[in-house]
Amino acid sequence: MTAYNFAYLDEATKRMLRRAILKAVAIPGYQVPFSSREMPMPYGWGTGGVQVTAACLVPEDTLKVIDQGADDTTNAVSIRKFFQRVADVAVTERTAQASIIQTRHRIPETPLIAGQILVFQVPIPEPLRFLEPREVETRVMHALEDYGLMQVRLYEDIARHGEIARAYAYPVRVEGRYIMDPSPIPKFDNPKLNNSPALQLFGAGRECRIYALPPFTRVESLDFDDYPFSATKAAGQSCALCGSTVSYLDEVITDDAGGRMFVCSDTDYCAARVAAGSTEDAA
Amino acid sequence: MSAHLTAGFIDPARDGARAFRQVLDAMAHPGRIVTLDGPQGPAPCSPAAASVLLTLADATTPLHLAGAHDAAALRDWVAFHLGAPLVGPADAVFALGTWDALGPLAAYPQGSAEYPDRSATLIVEMDALDTDGARLTGPGIETQAFLSLPDVGALADNAARFPLGLDVLFTCGPRLAALPRSTKIGGC
Amino acid sequence: MYVAVKGGERAIEHAHDWLAQARRGDMAVPDLGVAQIREQLALAVDRVMAEGSLHDPDLAALALKQARGDVIEAVFLIRAFRTTLPRFGASVPVDTGDMQIIRRISATFKDAPGGQVLGPTFDYTHRLLDFDLADGVAPPPAPEAAASPDPVPHILSHLGEEGLMQPEPAGDAENAQDVPDLTRAPLEFPASRPLRLQALTRADEGFLLSLAYSTQRGYGRNHAFVGELRIGHVRVAAHMPELGFDIEFADILVTECETVNQFQGSKSEPAQFTRGYGLVFGQSERKAISMALVDRALRARELGEDMGDAPAQDEEFVLSHCDNIQSSGFLEHIKLPHYVDFQAELELIRKLRRDAGAVREAAQ
Repeated sequence: MTAYNFAYLDEATKRMLRRAILKAVAIPGYQVPFSSREMPMPYGWGTGGVQVTAACLVPEDTLKVIDQGADDTTNAVSIRKFFQRVADVAVTERTAQASIIQTRHRIPETPLIAGQILVFQVPIPEPLRFLEPREVETRVMHALEDYGLMQVRLYEDIARHGEIARAYAYPVRVEGRYIMDPSPIPKFDNPKLNNSPALQLFGAGRECRIYALPPFTRVESLDFDDYPFSATKAAGQSCALCGSTVSYLDEVITDDAGGRMFVCSDTDYCAARVAAGSTEDAA
Repeated sequence: MSAHLTAGFIDPARDGARAFRQVLDAMAHPGRIVTLDGPQGPAPCSPAAASVLLTLADATTPLHLAGAHDAAALRDWVAFHLGAPLVGPADAVFALGTWDALGPLAAYPQGSAEYPDRSATLIVEMDALDTDGARLTGPGIETQAFLSLPDVGALADNAARFPLGLDVLFTCGPRLAALPRSTKIGGC
Repeated sequence: MYVAVKGGERAIEHAHDWLAQARRGDMAVPDLGVAQIREQLALAVDRVMAEGSLHDPDLAALALKQARGDVIEAVFLIRAFRTTLPRFGASVPVDTGDMQIIRRISATFKDAPGGQVLGPTFDYTHRLLDFDLADGVAPPPAPEAAASPDPVPHILSHLGEEGLMQPEPAGDAENAQDVPDLTRAPLEFPASRPLRLQALTRADEGFLLSLAYSTQRGYGRNHAFVGELRIGHVRVAAHMPELGFDIEFADILVTECETVNQFQGSKSEPAQFTRGYGLVFGQSERKAISMALVDRALRARELGEDMGDAPAQDEEFVLSHCDNIQSSGFLEHIKLPHYVDFQAELELIRKLRRDAGAVREAAQ
């Protein structure tokens, strides 16, 4: 492995990524095009997040990688191992001990703190893509701040279902300007995006886009005055392992007779509560 | 040429990574002053500015050297370490100089409505850099921050053009602070 | 009692051990050498080089071995290796007019200077399984003739002399570095023709084949004649500014296709023929012809032709979906865990059904 540079990427590629990241931080919520590289893992499996992480990593970092909230899911294991191999960085499963956290589909339950960087893996960075498949069109919509189509679509949901029928990748507005895709996190996690003390970076490798939320950035989930946003999860359930009623829960099928139970999706949060002897409601 | 060439990064991958994290920290916290323990560039380039250039600039990023920074020693250093083409303000991705030498902000690429990221980043060499002066608010700032800005009016105008506009790095010796276009200046 | 699944790391290691064993197959059968693949599965090697955007037959053969013959996986291995290679510069444009030809045919002229050369083709073979191959019978030697020293000019150049062929802008050897490169800059629309051609030459062969076929069936029809298809070796050289001349550093096999397409003319231009262009690493004529047809279809807007909703004429559609490493990666990512999103959907569906049920009950 000695043939590879620190953090795998060559320095010219890192400079390109770093320039894109700085522009992304300077224009919160705007998707900066970057010349994404082919990585040794497939597109759609975190290549954008991996490139952003590789561009940010320093040898002193402690890295945490999660997928679906868990450190032990196979793709998280694979990405964590990649960085151990090519950057020789320390790794952790503890949210509080990590300086960089790469994530797919979740924001940790433990509140992030100043100095931490959260790197999201993003499949489709364009929040307007499902309304308009053409890049040339959506780019103009962002330029003109022409988001009427999105409002119409959300209102159609309300007309049909009585609510906005979006459970994840729920669009947000950043500092009152750009509409942004928060990556496919459940809408339960959306409030954590707002005013976070941590720096949040988003990498979409196949789609060649990087965007960012600096710390303490105003992030609002799209809604209507008479249909306000609510960050929902499994109603009335608690974690079968740690008892938490406030964390996001995965549903597990336990037998073929309709038996099911709920457990925390964030395995670090859950394990810490179990270790502390808690099976009660989280404070 | 090599007689007056000062060093670049000793360990480019790791030194560059550490320098970038400092710059990123500054850009993510407008008004915060960070320190770059990088190599010495040729006068009049500050160590902080030299680190920024080594971290971000290369043959793909046209560079404008303004005023006294357009000096033979610095040009040679740029050619050797970065390979960045030297250009006028209108074509610059990066520009380096004192505030007065850099001249009117309108001379630099501001980005377009479709691609606001295609704007220049200015590296402004300062005689002093302090966390007092103009009041800053906006993304990256929890309540408020203060920074000694060279020209509050021009920079406030720049911020008013958001999402277009320039991003500015202020350097003084090994110290650096950032003012992205998203930062609002003044007010209370 | 439910226990959270642990041991992802061990599971991955064991799976990869199993993969290595399955790759080797029955140990009683001799191991397959990379040179055997390079020599005897040469068209698969060519395809891996073309779609991998890296000309190296040995590496492509190794990738095919490692990928157990899965061509797209082999292309992926080559792409991931290619991305780490330093770039020393760009070659000057290859001169396909100077090609050492092994195959050359034209569907537009019965004969032309240089003649027609069938070469090592599947054309006119009867697709009957050859059981001698299973027995490892050596082929009889093919008759040989001395190579003609005469130049073999492009057939379309004869039309050009008459002014019937729309000329292409000349290549500029001095500015070879300025040719766009989608592996170094994000794709932007509208894309220039050089950028489109780069995307097409590394595009998935099956995707291009289907698109090209769709133009023949009327989805963006532009009736193409194969003006010339030539396969052979070309010299690759780089300009050395310090030396003031070009240095030749490689000799590679390529396939080139030029189609002749009708153009009705417009208010400002007289009727003339236009060109669709395909150039691919290796012997890969299905890909080269497909590329030429799709290239020509993508010129519809430039030539002011009727733009319906033909996929092959839609630049953003074609370029965004032609890369099999992008498409297979994204397609296959849906097998990764989506527990969290699915759970969110589950809750939403349950709630919508509850709400709808309550409304129905109230109505009754």
